[in-house]
Amino acid sequence: MSSDTKGALPITIRNVTKTYGKVHALDDVSLDVRSGEFLTLLGPSGSGKTTLLMVLAGFTRPDCGSLKFGDREVIRLAPHLRDVGMTFQSYALFPHMTVNGNVGYPLRLRKVPKDEIAKRVEAALETVQLGGFGERRIDQLSGGQRQRVAVARAIVFEPRILLMDEPLSALDKKLRDQMQIELRHLHEKLGMTTVYVTHDQREALTMSDRIAVVNFGRIMQLATPRDLYERPANRFVADFIGESTFLKVIRQGGKVLYAGKPLKFHADLPDTDNLLLMIRPERIVLSPEGARRGANNFDATATEVVYQGDSFLLHARLADGHQIVMRGAARGDRMSSMPAVGDSIVLTIAPEDTVLVDGAEA
Amino acid sequence: MTAARTNEAGLRADERLERLKLFGLSSPAILLILVVLVLPVGWLFYVSFVGADGQFSLENYERMIASKSYARIFMTTFKVSFLTTALCVLIGYPLAYFMSQMPERIANLCMITVLLPFWTSLLVRTYAWLVLLQKRGLVNDWAISLGLWDEPIKIVHNLNGTLIGMVHIMLPFLILPVYGSMKAIDRDFMKAASNLGATPRHAFWSVFFPLTTPGLFAGALMVFILCLGFFVTPAVLGGGKVIMVSMKIVSNIELFVNWGAASALGVVLLVLTFLILWIASRFLKLESITAGGH
Repeated sequence: MSSDTKGALPITIRNVTKTYGKVHALDDVSLDVRSGEFLTLLGPSGSGKTTLLMVLAGFTRPDCGSLKFGDREVIRLAPHLRDVGMTFQSYALFPHMTVNGNVGYPLRLRKVPKDEIAKRVEAALETVQLGGFGERRIDQLSGGQRQRVAVARAIVFEPRILLMDEPLSALDKKLRDQMQIELRHLHEKLGMTTVYVTHDQREALTMSDRIAVVNFGRIMQLATPRDLYERPANRFVADFIGESTFLKVIRQGGKVLYAGKPLKFHADLPDTDNLLLMIRPERIVLSPEGARRGANNFDATATEVVYQGDSFLLHARLADGHQIVMRGAARGDRMSSMPAVGDSIVLTIAPEDTVLVDGAEA
Repeated sequence: MTAARTNEAGLRADERLERLKLFGLSSPAILLILVVLVLPVGWLFYVSFVGADGQFSLENYERMIASKSYARIFMTTFKVSFLTTALCVLIGYPLAYFMSQMPERIANLCMITVLLPFWTSLLVRTYAWLVLLQKRGLVNDWAISLGLWDEPIKIVHNLNGTLIGMVHIMLPFLILPVYGSMKAIDRDFMKAASNLGATPRHAFWSVFFPLTTPGLFAGALMVFILCLGFFVTPAVLGGGKVIMVSMKIVSNIELFVNWGAASALGVVLLVLTFLILWIASRFLKLESITAGGH
């Protein structure tokens, strides 16, 4: 039933504002989450992403605004009546109950008959690959297992909306990578509308259908992972997602000049004079044969080479003193022809990778 | 090939030395406990088995079984202890809950008001209650002037007065561990319960309360055991009508100079206390009394 509206509800957020004293935790936020979509709220800590999730769950009462699950206005509805699944950063598994007790808790509250509870709990545990763990105590589980129990508890009552608050932040990197894929598959299988909060941009890029980048209580950009990475709306988004170097460029009508030379680019220009050239380390290439026709070429001096196993970083200084960084796969042929520190080199960027962003911070 | 075991003897000697040092550091405490606890209790034990003629005898214990008044005294002791504990739970648990839900600053203020009397002399507090509760005391005066009752009523020199005083003095012993166990509860637990569909009332009884029971049990046990041996407050506020074991021990010594009888009472009280602790330890891990959490 993936993306079938039967198992999912769209979420409509309109003009939600929440202030703490003078601080705007949420500043007139409007957002549509499509039915069955996996949407991630991505932002640094204190950006308002968790506040927004808490408004969805009903734990934070906003100053004003509207929130609809499907056609139903829920902004004043108590949390226990909202019928949304949620996982917490701390997992919030009840330590005085077994795994079965935890996962069966929402079903017992809904007065589901006992034998059906047992069946559905076991099914939910199977779904998160914890079949047969029902009798365990919570303190007998590893971090990854707790995470799975928390997910099982959140989906066992078949909510049509699932909220996840940094569910993987407490896990080590290997397990986190594995759980990202697993949660993604789970979402495809169950099809519920999912709002996922994280501060980890790679996690957001890996898992989401769309990402809403949040900062200063506002949504900076709402886009698919690829659009977000390749066409960031402003400097904040470009800076927060991925690594990049920014070069100040000058706009002259339809042309954009860097160091007096016009840049070749494909995408439309943002409607501003405050333009920056965004250079992603992996989109810039070392050109041993000198300047390339049809590309943007930069003369530079190599200043440092950092070997990182799978890749290398080449730091270089442009003629005007700006530092830029390129990343390349550490293949043997490249490593043997690596320029030495102090060598003059030419770096090139293809026109389709030449991205000009709005220089405004927000 | 066997691996070279360099420095093995030296390292083992270091280990031994370290343990010896640790023992050396704790030996004054061990000595102190021996002198002020083990020896006197042993002596108490011994004296309780010595009759009036200076020979070994069970007469001190036989008297306790034969005389109805002793049974009554033990009953009173347990009744007063039980009622005090129950009242402490009824008053202390909600107060601890209130404090645990308040912002830090208000909670700290409440904590000071709980602890302040705790730091004041027991005797002062007990006599203060006497002043407040006596026939011509503040409570009677105000109640009469407010028209709550017409004649001064007897609130002190009886069980009521004893309970009021003891509950007041025992309350911190209950509140502290309960408050500790409440503060240890992750706030996300209540959110999770609510998110999963529990009404606030159900979330409290199914999640919050069960997680505070170790603290509650530890606090209640502490209050109960302290009450069993309590002397000053029941002696002053009970007006001779509430005779507890501790008061009988005092009268045995001061009035009758009968160390054997007094010691036997002490021993029985001690044994009963251990018995309660043993029963309690079957329901909870004893370390939670000192740890205060779960």
